[in-house]
Amino acid sequence: MTVKTSIPQDEKLSAGHLACQGCGATLAMRYALKGLGTDTVLVIPACCWTILAGPAPLMSVGVNVVHSPFACAAATATGVSHGLRARGNEKTAVVAWAGDGGTFDIGIQALSGAADRDEDIIYVCYDNEAYMNTGIQRSGGTPAGAWTMTTPGAAGAERPKKDLDAIIEAHHPRYMATATPAYPEDMVRKFKKARDIKGFRFIHILSPCPPGWKYESDETVMLSRLAVQTGMFPIYEVEEGRFKLNVPVAKRKPVAEFLRRQGRFRTMGEPEVAAIQARVDAAWDALNKRA
Amino acid sequence: MPRLTEDPLKTPLIIAGGKPMSANKTGNWRSARPVIHEEKCTGCMICWKFCPEACVTIEGELPKIHMDWCKGCAVCVQECPVDAITLENEEAP
Amino acid sequence: MKKTLMGNHAAAVAVRLARTEVVAAYPITPQTQVVEALAEMKASGEFAGRFVKVESEHSAMACLVGAAQTGVRCFTATSSQGLAYMHEMLHWAAGARLPIVMAEVNRALGAPWILWTDQTDSLAQRDTGWLQFYCSSNQEILDTTLLAFKVAEELSLPVMVNYDGFTLSHTYEPVDVPAQELVDRFLPKHDFALALDLADPKAFSALPKPQEYFRLRRRMAADMGRAHQVIASVEDEFARLFGRSYSAVEAYKADDADALLVTTGAPASTALDAVDELRKEGFKAGNLRIRQFRPFPAEALRAYARPGRNLVVVDRNFSMGQEGIFCEELKSALYPLKERPQVFGTVAGLGGGDITVELLKEIWLDAKQGRGDALQPVWMEDAR
Repeated sequence: MTVKTSIPQDEKLSAGHLACQGCGATLAMRYALKGLGTDTVLVIPACCWTILAGPAPLMSVGVNVVHSPFACAAATATGVSHGLRARGNEKTAVVAWAGDGGTFDIGIQALSGAADRDEDIIYVCYDNEAYMNTGIQRSGGTPAGAWTMTTPGAAGAERPKKDLDAIIEAHHPRYMATATPAYPEDMVRKFKKARDIKGFRFIHILSPCPPGWKYESDETVMLSRLAVQTGMFPIYEVEEGRFKLNVPVAKRKPVAEFLRRQGRFRTMGEPEVAAIQARVDAAWDALNKRA
Repeated sequence: MPRLTEDPLKTPLIIAGGKPMSANKTGNWRSARPVIHEEKCTGCMICWKFCPEACVTIEGELPKIHMDWCKGCAVCVQECPVDAITLENEEAP
Repeated sequence: MKKTLMGNHAAAVAVRLARTEVVAAYPITPQTQVVEALAEMKASGEFAGRFVKVESEHSAMACLVGAAQTGVRCFTATSSQGLAYMHEMLHWAAGARLPIVMAEVNRALGAPWILWTDQTDSLAQRDTGWLQFYCSSNQEILDTTLLAFKVAEELSLPVMVNYDGFTLSHTYEPVDVPAQELVDRFLPKHDFALALDLADPKAFSALPKPQEYFRLRRRMAADMGRAHQVIASVEDEFARLFGRSYSAVEAYKADDADALLVTTGAPASTALDAVDELRKEGFKAGNLRIRQFRPFPAEALRAYARPGRNLVVVDRNFSMGQEGIFCEELKSALYPLKERPQVFGTVAGLGGGDITVELLKEIWLDAKQGRGDALQPVWMEDAR
């Protein structure tokens, strides 16, 4: 291959997987594997990726996968890590790969335990902001105002998205980062970097979902980018407590540009949009003070 | 109705597979197909980079979309910076 | 070497002797000293394995599921609410065919809060695919834990070693601690055929088709069936190496007995005294101890079934809406026989009430005289 590309060309994600058209979570996995390489074991709890990794005996990822029940991705990954290390393997990356439901909600106890013990794992949350695999129900990752099957009224979800990153940071992880598919170079770099750090690492990926967010499948990367450019999902990393904003946004776009493209926010009124704008402005101010 | 008569101890304990998913052709999910217009293509490989199916390959200087797997999500159409990819009706020649 | 050990320490010593590679556990009364002893042995360097201080029992078993999948020897210990909290993972460990060993200290379940012994916690896990043993002494706890690793690894199925909370867990007894080199001979390094292989990546526990799931379950059932043979031969090997023998059903003075007590766990050793006293008083008493619960030793039990000789089961457990669980299982084991003995059920000591020699004698005398209701259990109150 003569063409130079900005991310590695080696492909571990195999075509033929069962994701919906335009799935952000498949892009996330594609980039993650490019950063991690093949010496990796994935632990996948109940989530879309339970299906996307392939029905037995097929597999879409080219690395070992240990499926686990919903609540325990972090604990199962902990075990894989200890098992490998017990037999002298210090280098294989052990990655828990969970959705927002498995992270913000049912898996948070195991996640907190693993983070607290500084387990030698990389915990990844690909966050599509609802229980998408079971058919779009509200999770702790669902933002205020979003329609889901369990927040069906015009007002949508009542409560703001849980600040998971703050919760994780309170555990003093070795490394934590945010990422989203519109910035593949950033995501690949973060996985590569995380791979070479020992101890507990956490990567939070905002992963647009066409059927769950109700937009046309071609807008996945566009929405991923808009989430960053509107300041709704800042891209940063924290290494041993040192904060770094990786994608500075000089002039943030109005949040409405992100919200109005998605059917899940269709019934949201101007005051609610303004409230979200105010919240993002405040969060961004706080971020700028850290940077 | 049939009964299972094979010796169960000769059947597998688990099914742990590693056969690539590419055995599963997803091209028939598509209702519209992306077409690369080579005369416009600059070879920037953004379509390759953003393909959620990993079904765009780099062939020399140009990208190639593999229709056996392309689900027609059209992310490549949307992201192409020079509009070198168009979405065509699946039935069109 | 003889040592005076409490039941919990006997379990921990066995885990050390087995050169267990990963232990994950969460404290719960009355299991706590297993965890503490292992932590101490780890700190002193006596125990070379890894000890993961997980934040819950669910995570303890999840951690071992991950570790066992890499092919290392794994152990945990729990009790009561902790076991119930683990329940989902018990099914997973068995279905994934992982040879995990667990010490389960029998304790009653809430509500209301209750600390003392009762077997309903572990018996309620009977359909999870775990093998289950019930110990009657601290020596047996140590020995069964060693046996459990070997059996688990030969069958690719997890094993639960159960013993009575406080009655055994906290009581000191003389225990013969075998020499390390002897244990090493009995338990060589675990080489797990189903372990993940970094050079040959695969997906473990991925979704199969219903027909495939059906066959996997049938295979598991067949391995459970095969387990009777495997356990017996491992027990034989154990007896040759260590000089102590065990079996699924242990009969005491049963041959000429007029009626038989059927007991499990610590009360089964009390039952031996009850039988001896009854014999001294001129009665032909006998006892059957069920040591192995999964797979259920139906065939071994049928060998003791004689028409006209009543059996009376002492259950320190209860299945609501049914009866004592050992009684229920025994009846179902005897049903295929053309001529069956009468089986009476008694329930005693739920939540830790004493099951005394006097109580057991009375139960036996009632059974011998046919005093009992064959349709429902008699609830025997704690005599104290």
